Amino acid sequence: MADITTTFRVNGREVTVTGPPFRRLLDVLREELRLTGSKEGCGEGECGACSAIMNGELINTCIVPVLQAEGAVIMTVEMLADTPAGAAVQRAFLEHGGAQCGICTPGMIVAATWVAQHQFRGEIREMLAGNLCRCTGYDLIVTSVEAALNALAKDGSRE
Amino acid sequence: MIEADRARSLDDLLDRLAALPPPRLIAGGTDVMVQLEAGVQKEGDHFLDVSGLAGALRYHRLDADALEIGALATFRDTRLRSDVISAFSLLELAARTIGATQIQTRGTWAGNIANGSPAADGVAALLAYDAEVVLASRSGRRTRSLHGFFTGYKKMDLEPGEFIEAVRLPRRAPDRWRAFHKVGTRRAQAITKAGLTLNWRADGTWRIVGTSLAPFVKRYETLERLFEEAGDDLSRIDVQGLTAAVSAAVEPINDIRSTADYRRRVVFNLLRDASAHARTG
Repeated sequence: MADITTTFRVNGREVTVTGPPFRRLLDVLREELRLTGSKEGCGEGECGACSAIMNGELINTCIVPVLQAEGAVIMTVEMLADTPAGAAVQRAFLEHGGAQCGICTPGMIVAATWVAQHQFRGEIREMLAGNLCRCTGYDLIVTSVEAALNALAKDGSRE
Repeated sequence: MIEADRARSLDDLLDRLAALPPPRLIAGGTDVMVQLEAGVQKEGDHFLDVSGLAGALRYHRLDADALEIGALATFRDTRLRSDVISAFSLLELAARTIGATQIQTRGTWAGNIANGSPAADGVAALLAYDAEVVLASRSGRRTRSLHGFFTGYKKMDLEPGEFIEAVRLPRRAPDRWRAFHKVGTRRAQAITKAGLTLNWRADGTWRIVGTSLAPFVKRYETLERLFEEAGDDLSRIDVQGLTAAVSAAVEPINDIRSTADYRRRVVFNLLRDASAHARTG
C-alpha cells in the first residue's frame, strides 16, 4: 500500500512527511516532528488533551488523519507563548493556578488561546467543554482565561 | 493498513466514486477516525479524503426559496451564520450539542447523514425542516427527501457512485414553537439516549423526529397527526390518547446506552410537556 506525502506548516515551519495516510496528526506531531507538547488522552476526540489550532480552527489532532493536513497551517502548544494571546493565557494560568496535575494543561492552553484570540467572553465554559480536566479544576481554569482576556483587553487599549 | 488518498477535484471525486467497489469517503473524520480507533474499519478498506474540496463544497447558500448546505459545511460554520440560524433555529440548537468545539469545527451535516447513526442529532434537526439530499454521481444529480432516505441501520438510498453533495432545506412556514431535546448522561458531550426534535409551524403542521429510538433517525408521523388534529388547543391531547399513540409509534431498543422502557417514557414525558407548554411565539 502506498504511503502518502503531506506538506503543511507547523509553528511557522514548513514540513513534509511521508507515511501511511491515516496516521494520526497527533502521532506525526509527537513522534516524527518531536512536538511532544500535544498529549494523548482518550484517543477518540473527547478529552481535548491533543488540541491544536489548524487553519484557525480548534481541532483534536487524535482524530485528524495526516493526509487532511495537506496545505494546512498548524499551531501547537509549543508556539503559543510567542503569540500575544498565548503568552497572556500562559501567564494567567501561572498566576491563577490554572494548572494542576498538568495532563490536560497543554490542550487547555491551546483551547484557551483560541478562546482568547476570538474574545469569546461569556462563552468560556462552553468553548472549553471539549477539554476535560480530571483534577476538575475548572473554576481556576475559567478564572485564568478570564484574567487572560482582561489582560489582553488592557494591552489592546494601551496600544 | 487502511488505504487512502485525496480527491483532487469534484471531477476526480466523481470519477473515483464510479470505480467498483467505490472508495469510502472521509470528510471531517469525526466518525471515521473514532471507528478506526475502535477497530471497526477493515483491512483493505479504501478511503477517499474529500476535505480538500472545501472551495467547492463548504458553503451555506440562503435565498428566498431554500437553504443549501454544502457537503463540507461544518456544525461550527452554521453556528457562525446568524442569517441561517434565524431562519432555521433548530440547526443551531442541534449543532451546539454535537460534541464540543473540536468536533463542531470538523463534523459536517452531510457526514452526519452518511454515517447513518441512530443518534445523529444533526439529522434530527434536518428532518424537522423537511430537508432534501442532493446526490451527485458521474451520471448526474438527483434530489430526494431525507425523510425515507434511511432504510435500516446504517442503510440508505445511496446508489454506488453517488455521494451527498448538499443538503437542501426548503423554506416553509416559520417555526411557531420548537424544541430540541437531547436526553443523555450529562449535558455536554453526551451521546443521545433518547432525543426528540419538535417543530410546530405557523401553518399548523408538526414535525416530530426521534433520535436513538429506532435503527435510524426518523419522523413519527402518527404523533405529528395527533398534534396537528389538536389544532391550537393542545390541551385536547389527553394522557390516555398520548400514551396509546406513543406505545403504537415508538418501539425503541434495549442497548448499551438505555432501555426501551426508559426511552418510551422519555418520549411520552417530552410530548406531554410539549402539549402543555407549546404556545405561539
